[in-house]
Amino acid sequence: MRAVGRLTGPTMSAIPPPSSVPERTALATLAAARWRIGLGLTAAMTAIYVVFIVLIAYGKSVLGTLLVPGLSVGILLGVLVIVSAWALILVYVRWANTHYDREVALIRGERR
Amino acid sequence: MSGAMGEPNALAMLFFFVFIAASLGITWFAARRTKNTEDFYAAGRKVTAVQNGLALAGDYMSAASFLGIAGLVALSGFDGLIYSIGFLVGWPVVLCLIAEPLRNLGRYTFADVVAFRLRQKPVRVASAFGGLAVIAFYLIAQMVGAGNLIRLLFGLSYEMAVVIVGGVMLAYVLFGGMLATTWVQIVKAVLLMSGAALLALLVLARYSMNPLALFADAASRFGNSVLAPGRLVSDPIDAISLGIALMFGTAGLPHILMRFYTVPDARTARVSVAYATAAIGLFYLFTFVLGFGAMVIVGQDAIRAIDLGGNMAAPLLAEAVGGQAFLGFIAAVAFATILAVVAGLTLAGAAALSHDIWVNVVRHGHADGREQLRVARGATVLLAVLSIVLGIAFKGQNVAYMVGLAFAIAASANFPALLLSMFWKPFTTAGAVASIVVGTATALGLIYLSPTIQIDLLKHTTAAFPLRNPGIVSIPLSFVVGIVVSLLAPEAAAAERFAATERQLHLGEEV
Repeated sequence: MRAVGRLTGPTMSAIPPPSSVPERTALATLAAARWRIGLGLTAAMTAIYVVFIVLIAYGKSVLGTLLVPGLSVGILLGVLVIVSAWALILVYVRWANTHYDREVALIRGERR
Repeated sequence: MSGAMGEPNALAMLFFFVFIAASLGITWFAARRTKNTEDFYAAGRKVTAVQNGLALAGDYMSAASFLGIAGLVALSGFDGLIYSIGFLVGWPVVLCLIAEPLRNLGRYTFADVVAFRLRQKPVRVASAFGGLAVIAFYLIAQMVGAGNLIRLLFGLSYEMAVVIVGGVMLAYVLFGGMLATTWVQIVKAVLLMSGAALLALLVLARYSMNPLALFADAASRFGNSVLAPGRLVSDPIDAISLGIALMFGTAGLPHILMRFYTVPDARTARVSVAYATAAIGLFYLFTFVLGFGAMVIVGQDAIRAIDLGGNMAAPLLAEAVGGQAFLGFIAAVAFATILAVVAGLTLAGAAALSHDIWVNVVRHGHADGREQLRVARGATVLLAVLSIVLGIAFKGQNVAYMVGLAFAIAASANFPALLLSMFWKPFTTAGAVASIVVGTATALGLIYLSPTIQIDLLKHTTAAFPLRNPGIVSIPLSFVVGIVVSLLAPEAAAAERFAATERQLHLGEEV
């Protein structure tokens, strides 16, 4: 622990009473859950985008197919990629606003 | 169709001066509230979620995304959309992996987080180096773009334009710090969004508000190929390489990351990303309409006649559907966009120089508030002068690759070190430094060896590295180097502090 942290760098020092075993377990569970969700959603976004790019590269004729005049498969998929980014963000924010924040509050509460 | 482009446009000047006057008013107001480093770097941490969402969007939507992508769509149709989509998909990554932990662990810079449980000095030097490299390339691209654009839009000389951008930006950052910079971003984001929305609306009004009718008209005039992928993505590996650099680069841009320190807590940081992504996504959907609108209403030949790269497509479209007044407004918005982005970059650079290098390395963390503020302002002046000098030095150079380079370094140097330091217990000081250095060097070296530099710029016949975008090599390499170096020489102290890091990462700072 650094003594001079408070003024300049991030603080390692201001961590009050040593945590109890249940708290550590709760925190570890929460950390694992957040990591799983964060990594899962990131992987989903990456997969969606990579598939889109691969289609652009290898499926030019498919993406050029017109569904109705003015709307090609490519444009529709492009819009859907943007919408999927919104959807993934919504999924995370809803999970975090409810589940994650509640768990954080619980762990903080147990500390006091 | 337009004789006005490239000549001084009185209305554009008027709109521009109104923006400058308003933003300097904001700066004056912000200056009175900027008393300590917390104010200067982080706007006193009082920015709300909606405000930060707009400011993030403002920092992210550069003139390149407005003028460049509209032009690309106008000239090549669907291919232009690939870029706008690539620029959006990085935001879920920022949200899910970076934003909240960053807010909870750091104070002013992303180096705060990387150095949290590692040895301060080496990590700070390396992180500041990675951050400044990103900022330098991004800044050069913006300044050169500013000089060219303003010459076309206002008829000012290139040098004059660069000096004005540098000078006004310096006033914002120097006196108003993060508070002024944030509000300039918010005003600019609102202007840009409403300008783009109004322009899209005026275009769609000609097609009974049906974008598909617009696209169909474009296809009937220029062939169905404008709605299909064309030549842009000929090499899928290269396209994926660009894509992942855009995705993970967003999560490593110092000026974007710094915004998360301006909000009061992790929850606000989280919600602000949702607002930012809503705004940015909407904006990119507008660019679909603007691009195709310019294609059919202005015409591809008329766009090329003014600027071969198509950068003037959106202003020309504004003139065609809204006359001189609207052209003036859009031109002023484009100028404001450049100014705001440059200010954000400079502030992030000043934080790296003064907070990371001066305070934590040179002064070993012992510097009182007044000294910190003085050094931060000195660094701001230094960076402003440097950006003007570099802007003029790179006059006439093709710098289009530099934003891509900035994203590649951000994704290969900053992102892996940030992620590993937060979530991977065995990560060590040596691992962090190696990861940042290798990531930066590989990104720089591979771009130098790429066809972009070797064939397009240096006119050689071959290039040693086949891809234009190094991300697919440099990002995994940076992770591997960081992990291998950490495993070869474990650092007990860093691993011991992981529990405390994890606690603060989730629970926030508890005093």
